[in-house]
Amino acid sequence: MIENIVFYIVSAILLASAVMVVSSRNPVHSVLFLILAFFNAAVLFLMAGAEFLAMVLVIVYVGAVAVLFMFVVMMLDVDFVALREGVQRYAPVGFAVGIILFVEIAFVAISWTVAPGATAARLSPVPGDVSNTVALGSLLYTKYIFLFQMAGAILLVSMIGAIVLTLRDRNRGKRQNVTMQHERMPADTMRMVNAKLGEGAVMPPQTEEAL
Amino acid sequence: MMAFFDTDVGIVILTILKSLALIVPLLIGVAYLTYAERKVMGAIQLRKGPNVVGPFGLAQPFADALKMMFKETIIPAGSDRILFIMAPMITFGLAVIAWAVIPVNDGWAIANINVGILYLLAISSLGVYGIIIAGWSSNSKYAFLGALRSAAQMVSYEVSMGFVIVTVLICVGSLNLNDIVMAQRHIWFAIPLFPMFVIFFISGLAETNRAPFDLAEGETEIVAGFFVEYSAMSFALFFLGEYANMILISATTTILFLGGWLSPIPFAPFTWVPGVVWFLIKLFACLFTFIWVRATFPRYRYDQLMALGWKVFLPISLGYLVLVAGVLEVFGWLPNA
Repeated sequence: MIENIVFYIVSAILLASAVMVVSSRNPVHSVLFLILAFFNAAVLFLMAGAEFLAMVLVIVYVGAVAVLFMFVVMMLDVDFVALREGVQRYAPVGFAVGIILFVEIAFVAISWTVAPGATAARLSPVPGDVSNTVALGSLLYTKYIFLFQMAGAILLVSMIGAIVLTLRDRNRGKRQNVTMQHERMPADTMRMVNAKLGEGAVMPPQTEEAL
Repeated sequence: MMAFFDTDVGIVILTILKSLALIVPLLIGVAYLTYAERKVMGAIQLRKGPNVVGPFGLAQPFADALKMMFKETIIPAGSDRILFIMAPMITFGLAVIAWAVIPVNDGWAIANINVGILYLLAISSLGVYGIIIAGWSSNSKYAFLGALRSAAQMVSYEVSMGFVIVTVLICVGSLNLNDIVMAQRHIWFAIPLFPMFVIFFISGLAETNRAPFDLAEGETEIVAGFFVEYSAMSFALFFLGEYANMILISATTTILFLGGWLSPIPFAPFTWVPGVVWFLIKLFACLFTFIWVRATFPRYRYDQLMALGWKVFLPISLGYLVLVAGVLEVFGWLPNA
């Protein structure tokens, strides 16, 4: 009873915030609604008994991916007038893309068949008394280990690619060398002098190494 | 009477009562943590600290709270009103809801869930939104700079924190906080995993935006950072949220590394002491260290902060994780293996 009410409330919020992501005028608000949508999706996972997936969805998507979205969107210089002009220009194209997507989804929905083993699996999503996380882990690291490792390798390659594309070795400015700073001895940089009254001490010419 | 608590309405009422039993002491704890901080820092800096309101200044937190309540809330003209008001609520709300899974004694948690530690990690990764939203909606350059700094800092330190937690988890074999504490019956994880303990504590300082990592605030360079435009109760909520987060990180450290409610000396007179007392003693020790660090260290420079997170903590925690996993595998100490 309570489960049903919560399910419908959460789903309604999820759909409403998904609509707001595309319809709100301010891009920052869009990202915030996206986060709300992720969050409600996590609650739905939780209600389906997939507690591990729910938490990972929040940690990865809300905690990391959406933060980067926010970062980029906040720094954009948003010109609202130009945005509104764009809407009128691109509306037909967007409409066409929307219709194509809708027709495709309709085709999929019409020709949908449930796999023979799926109904039984849905009735018992968690095998026996094993907790959700253990079940996922023992499947992912045994049966699907090669696929899992492959996904990891692809991510690693794309990460290195992104770093290589953006890394420029700019040799400007003073770079801090912590080891050099630690190795500096007082004798290298300090000199005790007895300054005579009215004359002061004469500075020796500074060398590059002393800096 | 007990049958009533098994009905739908009864469960709701019971949960509300449990939450109140946790939130009220937590808020009083937050109030007195601000007092303790001023007193301890006063003692360290050879001052007296608050000593006027009430005996030993004990009523000072309440005087401050009253002052905050009666001040005027100012909402800047160019701000995004709704988000501006929401941001402190998000910060404070997240700091409180994370407490739902913290066990203060064997089984004494509002929700003893299987993925407790993941829940804590998820909530702490959400904490950055309160700060980002505050910085953006204020429509002020200082606030925005503070928010950007804080977002980058929290995302960076969460990575090494995650690896530290994974290291603890492979020693436990469960994500349940109760199991994590019970796995430390024989030895606290702070001893075999000492480098991880240090990294976790320092990452905790960075995660809560405390000194020496309080660059989001940085009063000498960006005035007060992300909450420069906030006043009265909305400011108070940020303040309370920061202190509630401090207590939360201390509780997490206690559970992960200091054996939670377990007695440090496992025989007769010490095991009679209730677990809550041990938990609180360890919690206070962590909190004292937080304040001690603040009174001792100068603020980090921003690039050094980033270098510390990515070039020092991340490699060390990753290396130690591999080492611990290898040792557990070779000696056959892996739990549930």
